[in-house]
Amino acid sequence: MLSRVASSIYWLNRYVERAENYARFIEVNLNLTLDLPRGTTEQWEPLVATTGDHESFTDRYGKATKEAVIQFLSVDAANPNSILSCLTSARENARSVREVISTDMWEQVNRFYLMVRAAASKGLSSHNLHTFLADVKANSHLFLGITDATMSHGEGWHFARLGRLLERADKTSRILDVKYFMLLPTVAEVGTPFDIIQWSALLKSASALENYKRFGRISPDDVTAFLILDSTFPRAIRYCLIKSEDSLHAISGSEHGSYENQAEKRLGRLRAELDFGDLEDCVSGGLHEFLDQFQAQLNRVGDAICETFFAPRPVHSTITGAEAQ
Amino acid sequence: MSNRFSHYDPEGFYDELYEDKGQPRPGSTLLLRKFASLPEGELKKRQEAAERVILNMGMTFGISGSDDGHEQIFPFDIVPRIVLASDWERIESGLRQRMRALNLFIDDVYHDQKILKNGVIPSELIYSGKGFLQPCIGLNPPRGIWCHIAGIDLVRIGDGQYYVLEDNTRCPSGVAYVLEARQVMKRTFPELFEAYRVRPVDGYPSQLLETLRSLSDLPDPTVVILTPGIFNSAYYEHSLLAQKMGVELVEANDLAVVDGSVHMRTTKGSQRVDVIYRRINDDYLDPLAFRHDSVLGVPGLMESYKRGRVALANAPGTGVSDDKAIYAYIPKIINYYLAEEPILPNVPTYVCSDRRDRTYVLEHLDQLVVKATNEAGGYGMMIGPHASKQEREDYARRIEADPRNYIAQPTLALSRVPTLVEDHLEGRHVDLRPYVLYGRDVYVLPGGMTRVALRKGSLVVNSSQGGGNKDTWVLS
Repeated sequence: MLSRVASSIYWLNRYVERAENYARFIEVNLNLTLDLPRGTTEQWEPLVATTGDHESFTDRYGKATKEAVIQFLSVDAANPNSILSCLTSARENARSVREVISTDMWEQVNRFYLMVRAAASKGLSSHNLHTFLADVKANSHLFLGITDATMSHGEGWHFARLGRLLERADKTSRILDVKYFMLLPTVAEVGTPFDIIQWSALLKSASALENYKRFGRISPDDVTAFLILDSTFPRAIRYCLIKSEDSLHAISGSEHGSYENQAEKRLGRLRAELDFGDLEDCVSGGLHEFLDQFQAQLNRVGDAICETFFAPRPVHSTITGAEAQ
Repeated sequence: MSNRFSHYDPEGFYDELYEDKGQPRPGSTLLLRKFASLPEGELKKRQEAAERVILNMGMTFGISGSDDGHEQIFPFDIVPRIVLASDWERIESGLRQRMRALNLFIDDVYHDQKILKNGVIPSELIYSGKGFLQPCIGLNPPRGIWCHIAGIDLVRIGDGQYYVLEDNTRCPSGVAYVLEARQVMKRTFPELFEAYRVRPVDGYPSQLLETLRSLSDLPDPTVVILTPGIFNSAYYEHSLLAQKMGVELVEANDLAVVDGSVHMRTTKGSQRVDVIYRRINDDYLDPLAFRHDSVLGVPGLMESYKRGRVALANAPGTGVSDDKAIYAYIPKIINYYLAEEPILPNVPTYVCSDRRDRTYVLEHLDQLVVKATNEAGGYGMMIGPHASKQEREDYARRIEADPRNYIAQPTLALSRVPTLVEDHLEGRHVDLRPYVLYGRDVYVLPGGMTRVALRKGSLVVNSSQGGGNKDTWVLS
């Protein structure tokens, strides 16, 4: 497979997954704020903080009102990570590999993009926001399903899954982080029914509530452990790393438990940390610090993938900036 | 037949579907009867449904200089053009003849130049043309064929006769729209395809692949399409053809010349490439051979090509026959190499580098269409009767400053096809671009791109200038 093509498939899937997760970000915050006790002010600043685009937000919007944050994360074309920008980039990448992906995949990305663009030009308001976020998630799931059902599960498909799951691992860690940034009215509220409601809302945003419930009642520690360490729930971080590693080995043909390139080495080590770690290891130094460090290591895995598989091709600066994350 | 289409009036033009006011031609009776049987408003609904299909398919073309992602949805009209089998037979044999002659001409120009020595074409006209490439002299492409893929523009005028308007022998585009237009029409009027015997166009990609494979002696050569990238206006077509042929679509940066052979960079190292269907212009193929300032292209490609390590389609240098001044000589070229009369005549053409022609052109600018010899896409063109006095004076100056660069033709009353306007039909002018392949033999795709000038009265059919497309039904 051409290096450029592999890169485009990888980024196509990262962008679609990112769009879905941004919808989840907004949802988690909507859910959290709706349940806030009377008299507490809504908190939208934390959401911007978790995405890592705090600076560009403040430069352009100033105060983090609900409207501004939703605008920034969903349909702001000037924010390279907004849902609209993600779909624009996803579609550009899909367009550059149309001959490799199935026609059904292309048409789904195209329809998805047209839906988001139409929503952006009409504008989002509180009465259509929930529908929009649900549509974004459904379109992303549809794309995933079409990919699984119409694309050969060969090298290209593995690059697709790799991109999608690395992106998802990163974003699940950030959804968890929202809770860290979301200040409780008082320290005394930790562990209260109100706190539990917030954790449930968070699980719901990761489509994890029903899956989690089979494990017992909601406690902050158990929820954290579930979203980080579960090996079978598809949005849990460890699950994402396990399957990413499978795909990486399928691409290079090397054995599990060994490595042939930097990408496999770094991902293998990161995964082993979760395989042989427990909740105590994750939270002992502070959950936020753990997630922060995890995100940094995951970025290094992404860098190694680019260097190992995509870099042989000199970067063509006029092409979309598809490689600029 | 009395219905809301029986008042349709060809208004004195040759109409492809109507013989006379309210009188369908033999091939179109069924179609028009079907239209008449549809409830009021249904045609418009189907037009809108077709446009939605096109939007979802992402069928677009780019226009240089436009914003919003450079993309425009492909304008399409659901009323097809119908070509009778007997007409098509003549077109096909005319195109075969022309394709053979064009190739003999190109090969001669880059070898013995007999046609120049015999004084059939002035040497000056060849050497001054931008399409003539010095580095191609003496090259021997496989089987002596240079132009493997051509799009020959035809027009039909008042007498019902088809004329050749232009030979596109460099990188003709548009065939993707032929393939996709048919898909759209099958979804829009499935019942008509049951009633009519329309010759299929879906065989084109496999014919093209066979043509490309025939350029290599290997049993299973690796074929690729070389595209300038997603910002090229024909990118949609490049990716569609790659997908339908099952070959890689590469950009110049995906390729490198290693030890004299062309390779593509893959996730598993480099892989040898044997045949390149290139959709980039000669100038940009290889910065070492042509434009040294170009960042596009594959350094060393021409050297590899000269040594026969890789095949290119079309061969570099075919632009020499794509020149509008050379076009005027094609009937003589056919006569010279094949000793035959052209089956499809040319449109009368005045070559401005000829002093007598130039004087005539300058005196009749208000009646003629003036074209720059090396431009395409409807650019560099003036339609005398529609131009302002100032535009005509401007062109007169341009012609006097650089006569080699201009030709002129009479303003043609292009034939018309009924076109949907709201819920009724109005005549709009069309041309026709059939596609011709030349591998082991000449193949003509039964159909082609019917371009339609959607603006009332307009004669410019180019998509960059307000033109649209129609499906072309060649009946069997």
